[in-house]
Amino acid sequence: MKTYEKAIEKVILLSAIMATISVGLITFFIFRSGLPVLLEYGIIDFIFGTTWSPTNGDYGILPLIAGTLSITIGSLIIGVPTGIACAVFLAEILQKKWAKAFKFSIELLAGIPSVVYGFFGLVVLIPAIREYILPIYQFFDPEVSQTGFSVLAGAVILAIMILPTIVSMSENSIAAVPVEFKEASLALGANKMETIVRVLIPAAKSGILSSIILGMGRAIGETMAVLLITGNMAKIPGTILDPVATLTGTIAMEMGYASPTHQQVLFAVGIVLFVVIMILNIIAQLSVRKIGGNA
Amino acid sequence: MDPRKLRNIKKAKNIAFYGIIGLLAAATLTVLIIIIGYILLNGFSHIDVEFLTQEPRKMGKEGGIFSVIIGTLYVTGVGILIATPIGIAAAIYFTEYAKEGKGVILIRFFTEILAGIPSIIFGLFGFAFFVIFLGMGWSVISGGLTLAMMVLPTLVRATEESLKTVPMSYREGSLSLGATKWQMITGVILPCCKPGILTGLILGIGRAIGESAAIMLTVGGSLRVPTSLFDSTRTMAVHLYTLASEGLSQEKTYATAALLILIVLVINGAANLISSKLGGSNGN
Repeated sequence: MKTYEKAIEKVILLSAIMATISVGLITFFIFRSGLPVLLEYGIIDFIFGTTWSPTNGDYGILPLIAGTLSITIGSLIIGVPTGIACAVFLAEILQKKWAKAFKFSIELLAGIPSVVYGFFGLVVLIPAIREYILPIYQFFDPEVSQTGFSVLAGAVILAIMILPTIVSMSENSIAAVPVEFKEASLALGANKMETIVRVLIPAAKSGILSSIILGMGRAIGETMAVLLITGNMAKIPGTILDPVATLTGTIAMEMGYASPTHQQVLFAVGIVLFVVIMILNIIAQLSVRKIGGNA
Repeated sequence: MDPRKLRNIKKAKNIAFYGIIGLLAAATLTVLIIIIGYILLNGFSHIDVEFLTQEPRKMGKEGGIFSVIIGTLYVTGVGILIATPIGIAAAIYFTEYAKEGKGVILIRFFTEILAGIPSIIFGLFGFAFFVIFLGMGWSVISGGLTLAMMVLPTLVRATEESLKTVPMSYREGSLSLGATKWQMITGVILPCCKPGILTGLILGIGRAIGESAAIMLTVGGSLRVPTSLFDSTRTMAVHLYTLASEGLSQEKTYATAALLILIVLVINGAANLISSKLGGSNGN
């Protein structure tokens, strides 16, 4: 009986470290497949090269980085204020029973598959941009790209996709602020708005910040939605209506027909993506831990 | 300044503050309703028996999506079957066996990190490891194993949350009656956590069904009904991407998207129902 229990304990321990093993395997195989070509081409040339043309042997990913960065920043500009507003609304303003329904809606938003977002962007957002935004833009810049596949489209769809991450984590950290803080502020004569802006949000700062970092990681890593709506042109964008290609989209699109060398290069793109996201995740994890310590 | 003026400014500020917050929250809700409504309205009328039971013809331009549905079930099923026991066991480790220390903190940390890795990286890994290195090719099993890794953190988290709600006295009671630790876990603790585990499972299935980037690189895109674990197939999400990007058939694309949205609605509804029931029965 004793040995039976011991064996079970071992199996359970093995299951618990499965995630750690997975992270290790992923890191190893991504690097093993992409690192040789990355070193051979030169990391500096790879990251700062301005021409991405794999069929001609040009592997500069700066246009892809610019593409990813532009739609990520765009999505944060739209998504962060909206997300924090929703979190405040949920934690402080809405009544309990309505808050539950609102939370469920946010969860639904998180549950919609990314390819559905992409499809929605393709059939609704892009025609809308062509119809309503383009004429205004053309007034100032007649040369602007007219397809609608653009930084703007990517940023809007990504903003919707990162909302659930920002809302749920920010709401948790606002709700975790000790009630005494709120009471003290109200007792000093501050009204509800002043309490929210001057006390609750500053106290929940690190949680909100890590929700933004996680949202950013999600935006950078998002693939299929972006692939359908950004136009996939590996050029550094000049305006928000320019088409762009992203790191993720390029991997997904070109993997299917890539030659062996080209495949290795796509793995090298994967390394860059992986490192950036790992750094963001680790920062977010560490700051979440810090909140746990403070509370 | 005149105190009345000051009060007016304060009032205006208040109105602006609540106005902006209310507006943004309403906008979020509106976007959700528009997305779901638009796709359901345009796609629902094209979902019929033929669409669900016939195999795709002409690359999906005509016919139905029967083989795609089967492919989705296969890949999701394999992924969930592999991930579930591991996820539950890992959660049991964290709540019942682990003693707080550096090792446990590290294992937890990597479980969270795994949750943050984007699906395209899982896809690249699955392609390099399962498809090429282990020689499984583009297949149900390559995709299932990749999916299992992706949904593992979801399952661990949900199970752990519900294990934590089991009162300490249950454990003490069970052990004092002479049960071994394992008997206590299987006989007392796990039965209490059924709803929580089920919720995690359902959310994992939801994530698996919606997944596309990782599946595309590990399962391929064959439109035939898979007959073995080593056959390539296509899932609904990948099918939707192919239809949308190639503009094959507006009708079929909307229908596939609507079906995916319906599944998401059912899954989230079920998860919500079970977890709210769990909240109600927690007192007993």
